[in-house]
Amino acid sequence: MITDTLESLQSALEGLIANKMRAGLTMLGVVIGVAAVIALLSIGQGVQESITGSITGAGSNLLFVAPGSFEMGGVESPSGSAASMTYADALAIADPRNVPDAALVAPEFGMNTQVIFGSANLNGKVTGVTPTYQSAFSLEVAHGRFISDSDVNSRSAVAVLGSQAARDLFGGFDPLGQRIKLSIPGAGGGRVSLTVVGVLAPKGGSRGNTDDIILVPITTAQTRIFAGRNALGEPIVTTVNVEAASEDRVDAVANQITALLLRRHGFGPDEEGDFSVVTQADLLATVQQVTNILVVFLGAIAAISLLVGGIGIMNIMLVSVTERTREIGLRKAVGARKSDILVQFLLEAIVLSVIGGAIGIAVGVGIAKLVDASGVTQAVVSSQAIHLAVSFSVAVGLFFGIYPANRAASLNPIEALRYE
Amino acid sequence: MIEIREISKVYQMGEIEVHALRGASLNVAPGDWVAITGPSGSGKSTLMHIIGCLDTPTAGSYRLNGLEVSGLNDNQLAAVRNGQIGFVFQTFNLLPRATALDQVKLPMQYHRDGARLPRVERVRRAREALELVGLGDRLRHRPTELSGGQQQRVAIARALAQQPSILLADEPTGNLDSKSGAEVMEILRNLHHERGLTVVMVTHDPNVAAQAQRIIHIQDGLVVDEPEKATL
Repeated sequence: MITDTLESLQSALEGLIANKMRAGLTMLGVVIGVAAVIALLSIGQGVQESITGSITGAGSNLLFVAPGSFEMGGVESPSGSAASMTYADALAIADPRNVPDAALVAPEFGMNTQVIFGSANLNGKVTGVTPTYQSAFSLEVAHGRFISDSDVNSRSAVAVLGSQAARDLFGGFDPLGQRIKLSIPGAGGGRVSLTVVGVLAPKGGSRGNTDDIILVPITTAQTRIFAGRNALGEPIVTTVNVEAASEDRVDAVANQITALLLRRHGFGPDEEGDFSVVTQADLLATVQQVTNILVVFLGAIAAISLLVGGIGIMNIMLVSVTERTREIGLRKAVGARKSDILVQFLLEAIVLSVIGGAIGIAVGVGIAKLVDASGVTQAVVSSQAIHLAVSFSVAVGLFFGIYPANRAASLNPIEALRYE
Repeated sequence: MIEIREISKVYQMGEIEVHALRGASLNVAPGDWVAITGPSGSGKSTLMHIIGCLDTPTAGSYRLNGLEVSGLNDNQLAAVRNGQIGFVFQTFNLLPRATALDQVKLPMQYHRDGARLPRVERVRRAREALELVGLGDRLRHRPTELSGGQQQRVAIARALAQQPSILLADEPTGNLDSKSGAEVMEILRNLHHERGLTVVMVTHDPNVAAQAQRIIHIQDGLVVDEPEKATL
């Protein structure tokens, strides 16, 4: 039986080698299909990992309290648009009597605005923070210092630049001690000058996006740059970042904060409130839902191309059966059974799709690596994607080979021998 | 060897029934050389296909070497063709890209009864068969590199590879010029004389038929003339 199969395999290979052009063209469909499956799945996975990495990179104990209600998929809805979170709320959250399981509370108030140094300018994420912000996001200061408590108390005109922001504004110069100008939104060209006191160490692409940030004391942001007060004249915040004491206290912290803010804002304990508390897990779940759709979508596109490749195999196989009608008749005349012919043609289809699949893997992995290296997006080649592509291509070969092979095997030898 | 009793074959062509054979009977003894002749449409091709186990009769009995083959299924017929019958066709029917050696090895590849011959033995047998038809120096040649006569000799070697009891030749010289045809007939004659091979040959060429020991004439699906063995 083993020698039978080996011999059939050999004759299948010989048949393909004898018809290189046809075999090559048939394989092309499978090559493209498999390569597309692997490349697209890898890119989808890469996108997923870089997004989830940027969320978990901030630390899995984190919660975010923001004004307005958080909606699925609306992670980046304009926070701060509802001026319902005040600095006093942040201080209340920071009070251990109110939220005993919070280890760290870092309120922030920020917006985008024009940042200018000399002739360089950029649209920067200007974020007002307190010193706790540094440990909440595990930021490292490469040069100079971070925002201090006295900066916050005295509304100092100082700034700490993210590594990318520093490079964009200063190129190779040392930014420490330099004065940058921030335009005041809505003030008709009014500007604020800030002295750079620190530069952050780069955190890398997949771990948060703090590299292009411009940090200032939260009080400075609220009063000197932006209009950070509500109708009652209280300073407001755009987000309160809270770090729970441990990962398993995250839910407790969320409940404590919700109860506290409902009370402070005059809502009943079962009402929805005018704020939202989002944990990392919530964020991850939402984002993963979106990226999963992306991966499935990309996979579906790739699967269609593999399907088209399979139909290509069937097409060429049918032509091949017609072309070789007499050969099939002769083989039957000298004693080949129906099953012999079936196996011969099926093996040809499988050999085609396996070789095509192997080339497709190489091409697909190559494309994924190229995309990864180009920096457009991350691409992660998973063994899962390869298994999927290989089993799919063999299945395609089998499935689309069966019909032509069966047609060949069912030929009547007398008619096949007479076929012109 | 071949005992055919009252066989008939009916084809259904749409609404019409075509009676290709209407109760033909025929005996061929071991070592016979028989030519079957008849006008086209007489049923000689159908008879040939039934003798070659490519087709089964609608009615009647066909015993080949004592085995009733009229009721066998496809796989059993394939085994009989493989082991007992060697085919030679008018159009040679060689595999387009295979070498002469591979052509001759082909029937051995489909051998199933008991253990198949080891590869070395198959090559040895294929070479022997090719040497027998005078092509010992053309083992690696492909059909496009061979003349018509040589191609037909490869086909004869292929028919001999499984050491069949009958060589069945359908217009073996039909596609050959007279010189190559004569060579092929010479080979068949030698096989018959020296090896005692039973040869059944279908032809409408009276010169070719005349070389057989017996000429069987078929008309309208019946064997109309089955003379006893003539003296050569």
